[in-house]
Amino acid sequence: MAEYRLTTPLSEEDVRKLKVGDTVFLEGTIFGIRDANLIRMFEHNVPPPVDLTGAACIHTAPNVRKVNGGYEKVCIGTTTSSRMDRFTPGLMGQYGVRAIIGKAGMMEASMEAMKKYGGCYLAIVGGAASWETEKIQAIEGVWWEDLMPEAIWKFRVRDFGPLIVAMDSEGNNMYYQVKARARDRLADIYKRLGI
Amino acid sequence: MTTASVNGELYSIVEDTAKSLYIKALKDLPPDVRRALQKAYETETEDTPRKVLSTMLEAIAISDDKQRLLCQDTGIPLYFVKVGSRLNIDIPRLQEAIIRGTERATVEHPLRSSVCHPIKRTNHQTSTGYRIPLINLDFVKDDDTLEILMVPKGSGSENMSFLKMLIPAEGIRGVKKFIIDSVLEAGANPCPPFVIGVGLGGTADLCVKLAKLAAVTRPLGSRNDDPDIAALEEELLEAVNQLGIGPMGLGGKTTALALNIEYAYTHITQNPVAVNIQCWPARRARAKIDACGRVEFGY
Repeated sequence: MAEYRLTTPLSEEDVRKLKVGDTVFLEGTIFGIRDANLIRMFEHNVPPPVDLTGAACIHTAPNVRKVNGGYEKVCIGTTTSSRMDRFTPGLMGQYGVRAIIGKAGMMEASMEAMKKYGGCYLAIVGGAASWETEKIQAIEGVWWEDLMPEAIWKFRVRDFGPLIVAMDSEGNNMYYQVKARARDRLADIYKRLGI
Repeated sequence: MTTASVNGELYSIVEDTAKSLYIKALKDLPPDVRRALQKAYETETEDTPRKVLSTMLEAIAISDDKQRLLCQDTGIPLYFVKVGSRLNIDIPRLQEAIIRGTERATVEHPLRSSVCHPIKRTNHQTSTGYRIPLINLDFVKDDDTLEILMVPKGSGSENMSFLKMLIPAEGIRGVKKFIIDSVLEAGANPCPPFVIGVGLGGTADLCVKLAKLAAVTRPLGSRNDDPDIAALEEELLEAVNQLGIGPMGLGGKTTALALNIEYAYTHITQNPVAVNIQCWPARRARAKIDACGRVEFGY
């Protein structure tokens, strides 16, 4: 299992070399996306107002404070990714997103998109918002503020990791692998419990 | 000072305490939970679960250091209140004081209000609404203190809740299978390593409530007073950890930090079992208010 330090924007080559179980640290910027802005992009067909080519997008709606026309971080944490599964093909196919950062993984639609376009899913630790907030240096941009807090956010990050590559561009999904192994152990577990 | 003389101020003390407890619970993880996570870190041998647990421990340290919320999900506020029988308390006023304390924590800190109408999805931005916060009242014989336990219940774990009305013929085997299958279905979603609460018996609603009490009110490492139930807790904890779901569902030895069971007698034709899960930031804060209005904070 390799460890990579990648700088955004990510290239197809950057992402294709990642395999499940690898560790990634990101430098540069990441974009905060979530339910409401993705629904606008893909159900109301409004193109994102910022170029997402090579972007790493994190599933979040941050807690912020407004200061002198900008925003200051208060508490930024990651939400459960599975709700946003259906938007990954559009993000990667239409807009060139290369990485999704989230928690608890995604399903078939995302696995297919990652294989087809060259993308990956980077697992962050859920519940560790205090840590995540610390790793975010500044809020550099915000679009679609009418959807607050589910606007599109641009965060400057440094040493953003360890993130675990949990889905790769070969269609591997660590969550599926872990669950498959657990199902293989079920018969033995049942037996021990006298089931 | 007598109970009567402090009574006028009691409700404002409860209001301040309810506010402080909500904020404290979101920032200061109980020592038993910290110990369990540290132990899990030492138990894991593979690289991925160790990295995940190390980030969790780092997040706890940052919360202490910067007085920052551990998780962004402020949850649904739950208050478990034990009222001493010797206290002369106006219960509706007590409930109002807790609701006001919750609102003040949300507005004055400020906190994200995670509470909304189930159909209209409107949010008062106060963490309160019809029947929320959930205030659970119990009465304690021959006691003159008021104990308030506050738990912010996050949605990642609460969304993974399960109930099954088994039949008596399915017996304890059916119960065990349902618990294992539920934990496997929950997988990575409730932010493992989590605390599993199991309710056995009662009616459907009581069974779910017992699972909740088991998941969120008991310190980690505690065992049920009934030796048979305690043995079942140990047997099932070992079994769920054999699943290997691991920290954040990425594989490992620690899927659950604890498995607690609470039970009640049930109907002769029923065999209900419920599972409620609490995520690794198993947040809770407790306060005891004595008859003189002195407040002592704990977990």
